[in-house]
Amino acid sequence: MCNCGHHHDTLIPQIGVITDICTETADVKTFRVEKVGGGKLFEHLPGQCAILSVPGKGEAIFSITSSPTNEEYMEFSIKRCGSITDFLHYEVEVGQQIAVRGPYGNNFPVADKLVGKDILFIAGGIGLAPMRSVINYMLDKRADYGSIDIVYGARSVEDFVRYNELSEVWPAQPDTRVHLTIDRPQENWQGNVGFVPAFLKDLQFTPDKTVLLCGPPIMIKLCLAALVEMGFEKSQVYTTLELKMKCGVGKCGRCNIGGKYVCKDGPVFTCDQLDEMPDEY
Amino acid sequence: MLKITLDNLPKLLAALSELGELQVPCENKSGKVDFEKWNAEKRPRFDITLTSKSAKDLFFPQVEDLLAFKTKGKNLSIEQIMPSDKKVILMGVRACDIKSFELLDKVFLKDPVDTYYKARRENTLIIGMACSEPEETCFCGSFGIDATAPGGDVTTWITKDALYWQANTEAGKTLTEKVADLMEEAEASKVEEQAAVTKAVLEKMPLANFKVAGKIPQDELKTFNSKIWEEISAGCLSCCTCTYVCPTCHCYDIRDYAVSDNHTERYRCWDSCLASDFTKMAHGNPRKTKVERFRQRYMHKLVYFPNNNEGDFACVGCGRCLQKCPVNLNIVKVAKALEVSEDV
Repeated sequence: MCNCGHHHDTLIPQIGVITDICTETADVKTFRVEKVGGGKLFEHLPGQCAILSVPGKGEAIFSITSSPTNEEYMEFSIKRCGSITDFLHYEVEVGQQIAVRGPYGNNFPVADKLVGKDILFIAGGIGLAPMRSVINYMLDKRADYGSIDIVYGARSVEDFVRYNELSEVWPAQPDTRVHLTIDRPQENWQGNVGFVPAFLKDLQFTPDKTVLLCGPPIMIKLCLAALVEMGFEKSQVYTTLELKMKCGVGKCGRCNIGGKYVCKDGPVFTCDQLDEMPDEY
Repeated sequence: MLKITLDNLPKLLAALSELGELQVPCENKSGKVDFEKWNAEKRPRFDITLTSKSAKDLFFPQVEDLLAFKTKGKNLSIEQIMPSDKKVILMGVRACDIKSFELLDKVFLKDPVDTYYKARRENTLIIGMACSEPEETCFCGSFGIDATAPGGDVTTWITKDALYWQANTEAGKTLTEKVADLMEEAEASKVEEQAAVTKAVLEKMPLANFKVAGKIPQDELKTFNSKIWEEISAGCLSCCTCTYVCPTCHCYDIRDYAVSDNHTERYRCWDSCLASDFTKMAHGNPRKTKVERFRQRYMHKLVYFPNNNEGDFACVGCGRCLQKCPVNLNIVKVAKALEVSEDV
């Protein structure tokens, strides 16, 4: 943080330091970010995002992967797919300082509408990143929620964002199940093979659950169609979107879908809200 | 009401320029009239109704620095670059541009406040100027704007031989006290006469009867899915000129510029939703085609913005896009097409 004595604009980031880097898959790494000297840069709610930047490379928005209940640091699971993410993957080492601003956007309603509900998480690929914040939040406040099912699909076994939670921590929690699927058969894989929408039907979930869904736009659309077929109401399905953003506060004019700005009115929407918005995401 | 003869106007300008940085319409080297810092060498062009660019530049500059990064090994420092706190007197602003400030306020002063915009807005005193020679492309009346009563901290009117001056706000009254000695008391009758003539002219203008309110379905999905977009966008060159000259377009980009190996500056600059890479991201582009981008611009102005801002359209009828578009496309054509289209 600079000490110029001025009130800082929302566009002015703070300085964070990367204190750990975990390689999750060939193209996903999880970066732990703390304040210089330790502690979190700011508080957030599950589903909110932050804008990270590297001088000279610019800024990009990422969902905060860690739970708000983690009081020591924030984590970001980042897929390598552009200039900023390339830099984070190839150039950055532990101890590197980066610029961070946030939190931005709304959040999953963990303190009200989701309380007491049976929860079904559905994630595809890097879509697990924002879900993990909610999953760990709910598991830390386990008594506030009903059953928890986590359906997670990836292209291959190597593409699972292999949080140790996925295999060891989450399935061991009370009334919590993890269901994994990969797109195509692989040697030594005993689990399900097939796309997530079909897997949902195989698992025969009943429509009394509340769904939190995140993945590529096409997966969101196909999963929603499957859920509706299974008797779910669109208002029971929450999803989180991501579009190109610059400001994070609904002014730069970039991330709107119709009159809604994903950066401030979202990123969390229910699927019946999406129905009322133009199909432009 | 006060007045000063046009012969003595340079004295008033000189006095105002002592009280702040005086910005008035002036002809630049390329022959275009835009707001510029006045000095005794410059002749103000109050005879020109429309500046080439809008006055939004004064609050939301085309390019502005936000911060500087310094790096040393793995360490980083950030220094916010603050906007200048100089006092500005912006003189000769027409009613359309004054209304555009109100619309931009709805974007930049909404929580979280844009401190760069706010600082400039608060440090600027606005002297509006009534129109007496509207252009054929003017249609501010379509949005309920009165070209003969532009508002501002002070309103001025120019007749053949004098400039009339009326303070509106406290800031305007304070300013008036400082320059009143140069002026004399005047009756409002000359100004009223001029306004009546101008209004009569406006009534005969080509776009006098063009109205937007109540004509365009404010149902987002219905208008979005209208059949007009494909055909009407066909001629657009995506040159983005309309967005740059528009007083209400506020899209921006934030970019980094490497000054040296360990010094980077981050700046903000105007951007345009018509640009093909505007929404392009690593996993794709939600507005891949020109049709989608063209539709976004007009949906924003005519539907999304009013729906989010108590019915105010993001257009003030200045007509700059009518004058500058190389293929003669503009918001009037779009609004009319939406109005007559059967499928919306």
